[in-house]
Parts: sequence; C-alpha cells; structure tokens
Amino acid sequence: MLTKRIIACLDVDGGRVVKGVQFENLRDAGDPAELAKAHSESGADEIVLLDISAAHERRATLLETVRRAARQLFIPFTVGGGIRTLEDAAAVFSAGADKISINSAALADPAVITRIAERFGSQAVVVAIDAKRLLGTSHWEAYTHGGRTPAGREATAWAREAESRGAGEILLTSMDCDGTGAGFDCELTGCVADSVRIPVIASGGAGGAQHFVEVFSEGHADAALAASIFHYGFSRITDLKQQLGAQGIPVRWPC
Amino acid sequence: MIAIVDYGAGNLVSVKKALNWLGQDCAITSAPGEVTKAAKIVLPGVGHFASTAALARLGLQDAIVDAIGRGIPFLGICVGMQWMFERSQESPGTCGLGLLNGECERFPAGVKSPHVGWNQLEVDSSSRLLQGVPSSSFVYFTHSYRAPLAESTVACCEYGGRFSAAVERDYLFGVQFHPEKSGAIGLKILGNFCAL
Repeated sequence: MLTKRIIACLDVDGGRVVKGVQFENLRDAGDPAELAKAHSESGADEIVLLDISAAHERRATLLETVRRAARQLFIPFTVGGGIRTLEDAAAVFSAGADKISINSAALADPAVITRIAERFGSQAVVVAIDAKRLLGTSHWEAYTHGGRTPAGREATAWAREAESRGAGEILLTSMDCDGTGAGFDCELTGCVADSVRIPVIASGGAGGAQHFVEVFSEGHADAALAASIFHYGFSRITDLKQQLGAQGIPVRWPC
Repeated sequence: MIAIVDYGAGNLVSVKKALNWLGQDCAITSAPGEVTKAAKIVLPGVGHFASTAALARLGLQDAIVDAIGRGIPFLGICVGMQWMFERSQESPGTCGLGLLNGECERFPAGVKSPHVGWNQLEVDSSSRLLQGVPSSSFVYFTHSYRAPLAESTVACCEYGGRFSAAVERDYLFGVQFHPEKSGAIGLKILGNFCAL
C-alpha cells in the first residue's frame, strides 16, 4: 500500500541548521549533512532542505551544503530557497538534489515551473505555497518572500495552475498554523488536496502524533512535513510512525 | 566500468552517487562507444517516454541492443524500464525497445497521479536482482505511467491495480521504482546488480 510520507525539514542559514536539535551521537548538531543522515536513519521518508539565508550570501554556501548532505543520503532530497531560474535549479540538481522547491519565483513567473519540469521532469518540481487564511472565510491567499508579501492569488487556484504548468507536488504551508504546534490546517490542506491530482505535502503546525493523524485522515494530505518537532526531540520519527501505524495510517515502518 | 546512459532526460547524479557509494567504477556517458565498452549498463530515466526517442538519435539504442545481445547486464530504471516494453500510452508515436511484450499505461482515474512515495513490493523469490529483498519491502516510486504485468515480472506493486515493479529476463533487468532513492533496500538491489 502507498504510505503517507513523513518529511523532515532542515532550515539552513549560512550553511548551518538554525533550529535546535536533540540527536544523540552527533558531533555537530548544526551540520545539515549530519542531521539529514540522522533523520534518514531514524525513519524520515524524505528530507527537505530550505535555505533561509539572505539572498546575497546564499549561493556560495548552498551548493556546498547540498553536496555534502546528498553524499550520504539515499532517500529523496528536496532543496528550496532562492531558486529563481532553470540555471539555479540545474546547479542544485547537479549538487545532488532530487527535487527543487520554488515559491516566489514561480508566482512571479509561472513559466519557470514548465521550464524546469521539461528539463528535469515534473517529479523534480515542488511548488511551495505559503497560504494565509482570509479572515473569517474558507479562502487562503498565497504569500511570497518568506510570508512577507501577499501575492494576490487564491491558494487553491494557484495550486491548480501550478499543477497544470508541470508541478509534480505541492508543498503547502499554513502561515496561520506555522510555529504554533497546535496542529496542521486540515481545512486548507483538504481544500487544496481535493482540487489537484498531484500529491500535497502539508506543513505548519505539527505538535504531536495526533496532528499527523488528522492531516492525513481529515486533510487528505499525501505527506506531512515538520521541522522543530523532530529537531527538539518531542517526537522521534520512529515513535511517530509507530503511533501512526497503530491508528491505521499506512506508514513505511520498519524501514 | 558501469555506463550510466545520459540521453538528456533528467538528473543522473543520484544514480552515480549510489553506485559510487557501493564502490563501483561508473561514468555518466552519452557516447555509444563508451556504452559498447561497458561491463554493465544502467539506463535511468525520469520524465516523459518521448524523451527515449533521443536514444536512437544519439546512436545509443544500437549500442545498448548490441550490448544486450552480448549478454552485458542491463538495468533500466523508471522510464528506462518502461522503454524495454513495446510502447507507452504516454507517447504513442515513440517505440520502445520491445524486448518485453506489452504497453505501459496510465493510472486509472480513481487514484492520484503521479504515484509518488514509498510503496511495497511483492517479490518473486527466484529473482536474482531482488535476492535478499523480502516481500513487503518499501521502495520509492515516482511515475505517472506503469508497465503491465508480464512473464518477466519479478516484483509487483499495488496502486489502482497491480503493475510490474521489477522485471528480469536473462541479463535484462528493469525497476519502476528508484533504487538509488530507496534507502538500504535500494542499495541492496543495486549491489545485487553490480555483483552479477
């Protein structure tokens, strides 16, 4: 049976993972390569590395970080942050990424989705959507530039367009829930997941195993991503998967 | 030397990285002469079935057919495996190699497509490629079309119906999933191929 994916996200600034970590036996808890490997060994189905560095200092370190992280990683590896062109994407792929994630650049020029998909395949193109609920409605607006700038696009409509332009997956972050630990936005996730045929990765709000159960069952998510919940050791991926399995969610376990 | 055939479709770095990890001497190449000299051939592939048309154009198809005829082990991955069949609904105008009978087909409307993620194998224990890989093992898939069950099927997978996840005949092997992205099990499968 196709399983629900649990994705560990590493937020990287200047070549270092910026959220705290509680892995045992790590020489360096801020090293993306070591953390990616540790997450993979503890049962993560996929690794996402998001570069949150300021644009001007980004290129020099990102590719080297990707190269080092990819070397010992034999599960799918997605890299996002500041990828604007086909050339940017190509450099990240040749450093060892399997997929790239694009957000602001895709909203500014949706044709870039098609250009990357035609060269590297749709499976390699993840369109990330940061969505914020329009107050009191069941509509969400897409934001760019790390959630600072409203894009004037309704999130569900944008997801459909991204799909039609060649996106292989949608990485959907609820800005309302992100960082709260109070659970994913299942309504948002369900709206988007039900309106596209490509997989939707839910992100933002994970605080415990029950939140994952909810976003998979009520939110129809195909995968769920979290960062701090894994880094701070609230929930080892191993334990999380066992709990999900016990509640009837199909997961890759043992792996 | 293992030749990883580059025909301009997708990203071959992951396959090379995994083979290097296994201590194998391998090279990404689009030169028919290199393919002819190779001890083993890996044909990766992501993206569209139509992209395999480049194999004939670049002279790679002849080199591959010749090598297969000489008993050189060949492994097709994803679209590389689909190309071993006669054709695909994805690109009706593009001919496959036709070494295996059948047509690759779309997933039925009832399931999400592409089929992305970790799914389980039902393994024929006589397979050499999948030696030591137990049934129910998880591997990573990402594809929108699938190969039918065939005489050469040695592993199948269930997603909107059963399909060929791995095929094997003599020294001809194909996997629909990505062994280079399937963790320890995937490395085991690549290791089996390298050890042939």
